[in-house]
Amino acid sequence: MSHLDDYREVVPKGTVDFLKCLAERVKGRKILHINSTKLGGGVAEMLRSDVLLLQDIGIEAEWQIISGTEEFFNVTKCFHNALQGQDQHLSQQMLEAYWEVNKENARRLSFDADYVVIHDPQPAALIESRLTQGKWVWRCHIDISRPQWKVWSFLKQFVVHYNAAIFSLPRFAQRLPIPQFLIYPSIDPLSDKNRDLSPQEQSRILSRLNVPTDKPMLLQVSRFDRFKDPLGVIQTYRLVKKHHDLQLVLAGGEATDDPEGKTVLSEVREAAREDPDIHILLLPADANLEINALQRSATIVLQKSLREGFGLTVAEAMWKGKPVIGGSAGGITVQIVYGVTGFTVNSVEGAAFRIHHLLDNPEVMTKIGEDGKEYVRQNFLITRNLGDWLALMNYLGRTS
Amino acid sequence: MVGRSARDEQQLLETIEEIPLDSLSYHTQSFFLRHKYIAGPYPNDFATWAAIQVRDRVLGEKLGILNPYDFENLEALRTEIVNIIDEHLSQLQIIPQVIYGEPFHFMQSRIIEVPTGLEARSLAEFRKILATVDASVIYYHNFEAILRLGRKVGDFALWIEEQLNLPELAQKISRIDFYMISLESVRHQIIKLCDEVLEKETRR
Repeated sequence: MSHLDDYREVVPKGTVDFLKCLAERVKGRKILHINSTKLGGGVAEMLRSDVLLLQDIGIEAEWQIISGTEEFFNVTKCFHNALQGQDQHLSQQMLEAYWEVNKENARRLSFDADYVVIHDPQPAALIESRLTQGKWVWRCHIDISRPQWKVWSFLKQFVVHYNAAIFSLPRFAQRLPIPQFLIYPSIDPLSDKNRDLSPQEQSRILSRLNVPTDKPMLLQVSRFDRFKDPLGVIQTYRLVKKHHDLQLVLAGGEATDDPEGKTVLSEVREAAREDPDIHILLLPADANLEINALQRSATIVLQKSLREGFGLTVAEAMWKGKPVIGGSAGGITVQIVYGVTGFTVNSVEGAAFRIHHLLDNPEVMTKIGEDGKEYVRQNFLITRNLGDWLALMNYLGRTS
Repeated sequence: MVGRSARDEQQLLETIEEIPLDSLSYHTQSFFLRHKYIAGPYPNDFATWAAIQVRDRVLGEKLGILNPYDFENLEALRTEIVNIIDEHLSQLQIIPQVIYGEPFHFMQSRIIEVPTGLEARSLAEFRKILATVDASVIYYHNFEAILRLGRKVGDFALWIEEQLNLPELAQKISRIDFYMISLESVRHQIIKLCDEVLEKETRR
């Protein structure tokens, strides 16, 4: 059970007391979160911490999930891809399957709450069954800046009936007749992925992963997905390796919902072949302590994405005081203040140059690591997220 | 989010002319609230966008020096920003636009007032509380109050002058450099000024 007071030592001065004051204004009200899964993924991870902290602060917070058929989840996967700009074909039958599952869930679920927050497209059509007086909010976690128009039009017919929409970046905002809010995603500093680890714990985990500690480590934690540019990371490493004896760790899960994932992984393995200093780690979805230990052991963390949603791995690494070099994509540009909390780059050469620059200037690395950690403390911790929810509840309550 | 964006400086100018004042306030005055610890190169979003995303350092510099607390109200600030961009564009053959960078996305915000329940009755108490409160308290009393109440100085300086009868300290606080950029730096500076006065009192 998480308690807000447990966060006092890690969050900015006065935050916990301020949140308690803010919560007084909405105390006793009920907020219900609905999404499609309790397992895996950043949304579930954030919701778990959010709900516990809201409860701890006196808000009646509940989290329910919708159930659906395999066909339904195939359809919503197509939605997901189409909203992120990929060409997808959606038949009338598929749209009807989506609608039908939402109707079935509406019959099963109770929406008795002051605020009903629907996460992502899967349960978006639940709004059609709204009977209560509560405020309904659509929380979109995905990049819909360049959606496939037909799919967005279909989804928009539901979204316009909400009282408000929330997006993770300003560029995801749409032309909508309802208020749109910006809430950046956040990390939980006390979770297994981000909590402090003792040197013994770190070395035990690294030894279990067969990652040596005798050379400086470049690390990228991400799915084996073309948009994360793992091959570009290997090219970057090779450019730096000419002058620095270091190792590269590419750690991540296979994108099970991405048919290209296996191909990318085999291409990465092929590119890394015969280099004992490149370590490719295929980790399960719950390998939080492993990721924590790797990030803490890294010298420099890369997130060389070509396209990105928000990219919270950047905040995770910054929280551990590591300098981060990220691609100029999505939320990475929000997390990295160029030259202050890290560097954003646009090419393999740019990434290699910045790694050289950092390795040759350890004092710069230390300063960027310190500033990056403070920047995350102020902007990307779960307590800021909690404050955003409380402020939103306050705002929506007032406009009734 | 307002749902409007600008890809070049002409669009920026035209949109600034039309946006609600809450949006103008978000991109200028409330900059402090969003950058409590580290900030971009300039203390308002328009200047930072021009310099970083459009790569027009000249406009960035011209807008960057603006102090939003120097203006009587937000309309006066809007007029000045529009004049600066207009004059800048009149001297150019080509309108600078985003090529590799991000468009400017207009946002707006509202301040929610939250009583903290904390009260100070002496400078020592004030200093002690100031050291521990959320940084937004410093924004609210030291900066936002100037605009909200239409005064020349913030709540801290006014209270210290009127209630504690320390006009010299009040003046120093009211003159803290706006361009210090982060609220944590402002907190540090006020605490330092208070400590100087408290130390003098102890020595007496």
